[in-house]
Amino acid sequence: MELIIDITLLTFLGLTALAINRIDKLFCVIMLSGIYSLLCASLFVTMDAVDVAFTEAAVGTGIATVLLLSTIGATETEQRSAPHRPLFALLVVCVTGAILVYGTMDMPAFGDPNAPIHQHVAPRYVQQSQHEIGSDNIVTSILSSYRGFDTLGETVVIFTAGLAVVGLIGFRGMQKFGDRQRAAGVTQNEMEQHLVLRIVIKMFIPLILLFALYVQFHGDFGPGGGFQAGVIFASAFIFYTLMSGLDAAMRVVSPRTLSYIAALGVLLYGGVGIATMLMGGNYLAYNVLRHDPLHGQHLGIFLIEVGVGTTVFSVMVLIFFAFSSRKGLRQ
Amino acid sequence: MNIGAHYNYWVAIFLMMTGFYVVITHGNLIKKLVGLNLFTTSVFILYISLAKVKGGTAPILVPGVEVYSNPLPHVLILTAIVVGVATTAVGLALVLLIYDRYGTIEEDEIRLKDDSL
Amino acid sequence: METFLILASTLCISIGVFLGITGAVGIFRMPNFFTRLHAASVTDSGCASMLLFGLMLQSGFTVATVKLCFILFFLLISSPTAGHALSKTALSCGAQPTPLPREER
Repeated sequence: MELIIDITLLTFLGLTALAINRIDKLFCVIMLSGIYSLLCASLFVTMDAVDVAFTEAAVGTGIATVLLLSTIGATETEQRSAPHRPLFALLVVCVTGAILVYGTMDMPAFGDPNAPIHQHVAPRYVQQSQHEIGSDNIVTSILSSYRGFDTLGETVVIFTAGLAVVGLIGFRGMQKFGDRQRAAGVTQNEMEQHLVLRIVIKMFIPLILLFALYVQFHGDFGPGGGFQAGVIFASAFIFYTLMSGLDAAMRVVSPRTLSYIAALGVLLYGGVGIATMLMGGNYLAYNVLRHDPLHGQHLGIFLIEVGVGTTVFSVMVLIFFAFSSRKGLRQ
Repeated sequence: MNIGAHYNYWVAIFLMMTGFYVVITHGNLIKKLVGLNLFTTSVFILYISLAKVKGGTAPILVPGVEVYSNPLPHVLILTAIVVGVATTAVGLALVLLIYDRYGTIEEDEIRLKDDSL
Repeated sequence: METFLILASTLCISIGVFLGITGAVGIFRMPNFFTRLHAASVTDSGCASMLLFGLMLQSGFTVATVKLCFILFFLLISSPTAGHALSKTALSCGAQPTPLPREER
């Protein structure tokens, strides 16, 4: 039964990929790429990767689609050129694909429990993580504790991406003088026009924020953690921007504040490592943070997830603000 | 050659090659970035297929369950997804800058403008 | 009781699948943007609600049912809002709800 679901999803993925190749209208291409991400997320669920599915649905479908749409809103909406040398490219692609397929001949069968990948480090993580770290979600314990350095690097990468986007594009500034009515957000007339949207969004924003906090703090017990929570938190702010306009959203949280929050998140993460060193352990060895290793692990994981969540949230909102303040999109 | 054993990997390779084809043939910068996204997501499918254990369940400890899928590739792919979207964001920022400078996002027209400078 | 629940949930899920296929066929076959939007909204509201309801019947009185209830509530409010936003935008961009008959042009 699982095999049928697997095959169906993979077939749809293939068809979507082929459609992305053929279609010229960029809006359709972006929507198809969103569908592709969602199909991937479903595929990850059938392959037991629930954390990954959550992240792919939140990050890959949500944020990537929003950013792509902002970009075509500011540039062009249709592809104009024909493919360059399609036959030669097809040949190159087929040869590369054949070589890769030849490479998979030696790989273990799908789902084989005796594959080499399951023999060395993974059994130790699965069997010992409850005893050494105390969290139910093995992925969170590996992400935050066993492989904490990688996650620190990832947080810094997100921070750097935010820096790069702000440095490349920047903001066009808030309306300090000029038309008061525009600066107040939306006029009375526009408010009445978009009444349904405004009411529904107002109803949903607190629920979304609450759900983001739930995902943040339940990373230990179920799928979740800092990344997903940060993205969901950012989506509430994006929602508010769609409702009230960029100026009102920038007055709620200004880009300056967001930069400080992003830096604070990375600082918190690195600071936990420095704190553990000052208390006598290695960098990011949470055991020394408290009297008891398990409590120390819990505190360490909690703090770094908060750091990750705040950095991801602020960078995503910062990037969205930067993209939305382009001339083509300001309303 | 057992098809059921390797079907996932072959489809992942097919998607990878489709993404690769989109990147190298199309001249529109945004389509290239979407193709790159396609490529990276197919690599994720490959890794997660490697992690699956038959009869296992999601790697969240539940009393009574003995076999779990391998959690290590999940962690690696979590990082990869977020890094991928960060790269896409920077790429799109560059596309916006190119549009400001050249007035177009088609590679041929950009090259023409460059040659005529 | 058990068999009744299983029967009811199978019925709900089958109705949901039928509505989903209907919506998908409608998107292709309908002539106009607004009729296509209606077909899409059948998928959003009808198919998703029926599927979720069928799943709720199958999981009995557990936490999973409460979570499914929340998802159903969220979907029932957000899907029609999305349809409303789409149709409002289409109207303000000039799409007509019905094509004008020839003699009135």
